[in-house]
Parts: sequence; C-alpha cells; structure tokens
Amino acid sequence: MNIIVCIKQVPNTTDVRIDPVTNTLIRDGVESVINPFDAYAIEEAVRIKERCSGGKVTVITMGPPQAENALREAISLGCDEGILISDRKFAGSDTWATSYTLSAAIRKIGDYDVILCGKQASDGDTAQVGPGISAHLDIPQVTYVKKIAEISAEKAKVERMTEEGYDVVETPLPCLFTVVKEINTPRMPSLKGMMRAKSAKPLKWTADDLEADASALGLDGSPTRVVKIFTPEPRKGGEMLKGGAEDISKELAELLKDVVI
Amino acid sequence: MPASITILLHKCTGCTLCVKTCPFGAIHMANRKAVIDMAKCTLCGACVPACKFSAIELKKDSGPKKDLSAYKDVWVFCEQKKGVIQSISFELLGEGRKLADKLGVKLAAVILGSGIEAKAEELAHRGADKVYLVDHPALGSYQDDPYTEVLVKLAEEYKPEVILCGATTIGRSLVSRVAIKIGAGLTADCTELDVDLKERLLLQTRPAFGGNIMATIITPNHRPQMATVRHKVMKEAGIDKSRRAEVTSKIYPEEVFKSRTRLVDIVAEIGETVNLSEADIIVSGGRGLGGKEGFAMIAELAKALNGAVGAARSAVDADWISYSHQVGQTGKTVCPKLYIACGISGQIQHLIGMQSSKVIVAINKDPDAPIFKVATYGIVGDVFEIVPALTKEFRRALNK
Repeated sequence: MNIIVCIKQVPNTTDVRIDPVTNTLIRDGVESVINPFDAYAIEEAVRIKERCSGGKVTVITMGPPQAENALREAISLGCDEGILISDRKFAGSDTWATSYTLSAAIRKIGDYDVILCGKQASDGDTAQVGPGISAHLDIPQVTYVKKIAEISAEKAKVERMTEEGYDVVETPLPCLFTVVKEINTPRMPSLKGMMRAKSAKPLKWTADDLEADASALGLDGSPTRVVKIFTPEPRKGGEMLKGGAEDISKELAELLKDVVI
Repeated sequence: MPASITILLHKCTGCTLCVKTCPFGAIHMANRKAVIDMAKCTLCGACVPACKFSAIELKKDSGPKKDLSAYKDVWVFCEQKKGVIQSISFELLGEGRKLADKLGVKLAAVILGSGIEAKAEELAHRGADKVYLVDHPALGSYQDDPYTEVLVKLAEEYKPEVILCGATTIGRSLVSRVAIKIGAGLTADCTELDVDLKERLLLQTRPAFGGNIMATIITPNHRPQMATVRHKVMKEAGIDKSRRAEVTSKIYPEEVFKSRTRLVDIVAEIGETVNLSEADIIVSGGRGLGGKEGFAMIAELAKALNGAVGAARSAVDADWISYSHQVGQTGKTVCPKLYIACGISGQIQHLIGMQSSKVIVAINKDPDAPIFKVATYGIVGDVFEIVPALTKEFRRALNK
C-alpha cells in the first residue's frame, strides 16, 4: 500500500496576535507548524501502512524552502520519505493552481493507492485543495472522513462526516481522502523517528521537475486574485451582568428577547 | 511575462508602512529600504496601496483579455437531502436575487435529486426566475462523481456568470471539483458578496487566518465566478407564492450518472437536536462543565431555546460529548444569531470558530477568562447556578 500525504506549513494560530495600534497581524516570532488537520492525515497514513503490513508513506508539501521543516517533522512521525515542491514560479497560487501543482507532483511519484489530506488548512480555511487534487488526477474522493473502516489493495470502506451524522461510503482505490480530527489521535514522534528525521534528505522539486503547463502555475495559473486585504474591527467585550442567578436570567432574557423570539 | 513585484528604491523612504501591512510577514527593512522576501511573498498586493509613496510596483499579467460576454445569469446550487431543500439554499437565493438584479440578469436555481420535479415550484416562490432540474435515481443522495458530472455539463451548456453554493460538507466537496473541471475561479466561505458593475466582477469577501484578516477576491478573466457562502450570513429569501419560474428539466445519457464511490448507508446521529451549522442559537459547553452530566444541563437550555449544542475542544477530547459538536479550529465554524458559551475559557482556537456570531453570551467563573473579551454580555459566576436559572427563565418567556 503506497500512500501520499499532502501537508501545509501554517503559522501557529496560538501565536496570532493583532497589533492594537495598526490593527494588523503581528508576524514577528510567529512559529510555523504543520497544519492541525494534516497531523491527522499523517497519522492515518502511518496507520494504514501498519495495518496493511507494508508499503511506503510519502509526504509532500508545496511552499517556501523552510517548509522542509514540516517534512522532517512528518518523517519523525512515521512517514518514509519527503518531497518539497518549491519554486518562485508557484508564488501567488490560488487553490486551482496549488491543486494543479500538487497533482503534477503526485503524477511524477506515480505509484500510489491512497492520497490523504487534512480537511482544510488553518490559514486559508478553504477545504478546496484536496478535492482539487482528485479532480486534476480524475480519481474518486471522499471528504470529511472520520473513519477508515476497511481497506484492502483494491478498495476501502470509510465513514464520511455530514452535518447530521455520517455516510458510509465504499470506494475503489486509488482514492483521495480528506480527514477530520475524529479519525485518530496522532502519536508523539519516536526517538527512532526523530533520528531518521534528522538524517533524512527530502527531495526538492521545482517547476522544471514537473510535467506541468507553465501558464497554469503560480499567480498566472490562478483564476482568482486578492484585491484587498483588511483587518476587521476586532470584537470588543460588552456589558458584564451582575447579581444573583435569577436576576441575571431575567435581565438576559429581556436583553435577548429580539434574538430568541 | 510572469507576475512580479518590485520596490522602487528611489521612491522608498523607509517608512515601514508596508512592513506592517504585509499579512505574510514578507517585508523587512535593510539599509532603510524595504526588502521583499520572495520566499514568503504571495503577490497578494496588500502593500501596494499601503505605500504612500507609490514605491511598490506589482505587475500581474493575466494574459489577453478573454471575451466573457457569453456568460450570463446568477446560479444557485440548491442542496437537497431526502428531497428536502436545505435552508442554506434559501439564503443563497436571497443573496443571488440581489446580485442578479444588480447585474440585470436572471436568477436560476439548480437542483439535482430523485423524484424532485415538484420542488421547482418551491424554488420559484423563493425568487428563482429559472430552474434547472436534473432528476435521476443516482442523484437521490449526494455522491461526488454524478453530481460533479451533471453540474459540469449544465455549466458548460448554459454558461452562468456566477455560481453560488453553500459552504456545506456537500457544497465544498462538489464545487471544488467542478471549478477544476471547468477552469473556473472559486472562492471559499464568503461572508459578503457584491458586484463591480463596470467589470461585471463578483466581489467576494471572506475571512482568513481564522477571521483575523478579511480578503476581497475577484475572478477577472475566468467564468463562471464561483463562490461558496457560509451558513447564516445571508438573509433567507422570502416566499412569494405568485412567482413562477421557467423550468428546464435535463435528461442525460446513463454514463453521466456513473459513480465510482458507492453510498452504503446514511447514519443520522444528531437525532432530536438541531444541527450546528443551521442553528440560529447555539449553547456550548467547555471544561468548566466538569463532565458528561454538565452537558445534560446544556442540552436542556438548548432545547428551551430550540437551539443546538456545541462544545469546546477540551470537552470533546475528554469524551464528554461527540466530535460532531466541536466548535473551533479543528471543529466547525459557526455564526449563529446567539452563542451562549458556558464554562468555556475562550482559547484562540475556540474563538476562531464562533467569534462571528451576532450575539455572544459568556458564563464563566474566572473573570479574566479571554471569552469575556468577545462577549456581548458576560456573566461571572457558577454555570451550575446560572444555566438552570436561564433555562427556567427562557421556558417561561417562551411559554414552554
């Protein structure tokens, strides 16, 4: 069973602070981490490899050179090999161009049964890249997967989280899954894993390494354009209600009467 | 020529305004001039208007201007489950009507399902001028392949200018695939839509970085312009039973409906309670509830208000309540009319998921809990006293 995990390096949300004067994001000293949802994808990839006794987990990321750190971390968590897809030509990629680039890299890897992605990234929150990759590769997908109930060389049976509960879906392989937090509890890196990560040499692919149409890469390959970025007025704390539980309840019911009725 | 960004050194005064503006931390100062770190820059252009000295030049080459005049009308993908049109579709029809009127085009509803012929009328009552309907047993419940295939075929034949879709589990999976297949631009999770009439551009505004910044996005040279829209941010279209729509019922060859995946079962878990994303009111609990029993109390209040039950991650991780209730970065993002946070301290990861709620009430025993910084009304006190008192009061007020 050969598995490809797509991950993204994102700024750590706990570090995100807003400058009270300029009302902009403070980026200084913000640590970069593996996107939270991708940690579940990495863990699930390693578990699939374990339960199918054998195979290879390849972790790939598209980003600046420092995204290599995310690949090393993934290797310390059990991935076998890392590939960094990095080139100035990818700058400004929207979800269309990003999924195109990643799908070109996956084609180059070639031999895969399962592709795993986190449900969405915590910086962009689009949830579009996973389905975009499967559309470019023209393979089936199941999104919001919370459990891989059965998996064999040819097919898998998975549970897909919905607003009301879940769907049970059967799919042939190869297939792309995007996963949610419920799917597993990621392990801590092992000592052996950390040693491996230290000595690992992730491959580096640029645009020239991919069989990709140059006009479909980066900003030029992106149908969407950001025209304005602004910081919303931060939400301010309001009124504190004081008194006994009953008095507060009466006051609150009165304050909320237009909302609840 | 590929896109590029340049600092015009003779104009740069070293004022650092651009450094503060860059949402990606890609600009720093060296020898009192701005320097762009190209490894971090995404060419978003936020620095260009921020520079008071016109010292930043961004060249975006979008190729020769295409003729996009063949594309017209605003489409709304109307989601149905078990033959019931989901409320998000009515919200989109409400917003779509405004956009169609501004652009001077028709509003069309698109509905896929099985045995849904009669639904066209309901969509007309909600403001659709046209209804595109595809009725086939394979479309009864959502599966990625046939839904993608049908929507691609419809869009290629009828060429809409705009397609709106709910940012739901189905919507986000479906249109992400469709946009790739038809080479369209797609913007996720919009909270505000408008049009630039001169260029006939959809102005799509969405939160990023968990709502810490907002971005307005356009699709200048590709059609359709596609967007998913969050639950509960747009106003639902009213019902006008005198309205009629022109209905187009499409029939496609069998191979269009083929699915590689197979839906084996649909399991409903939420039961009686309202689902989180569609709820107008959410009562949510966190670590302060102390255990599973605390959530019984939360459920009582939610029931009195006809709302849904939410939870902070800590409560889900402690197994007090299932993951489907989790609100926040690794759970769901919600924006109800009223969010009552009970015993939730308000970690940033939780705030990301709920801070766009219209009214927030926070109940916590710690007066310094960060949740109070975003609460419209804050109550410092014991949740076990206040929540039951609120339940009683709301039951009385609502005559339950």
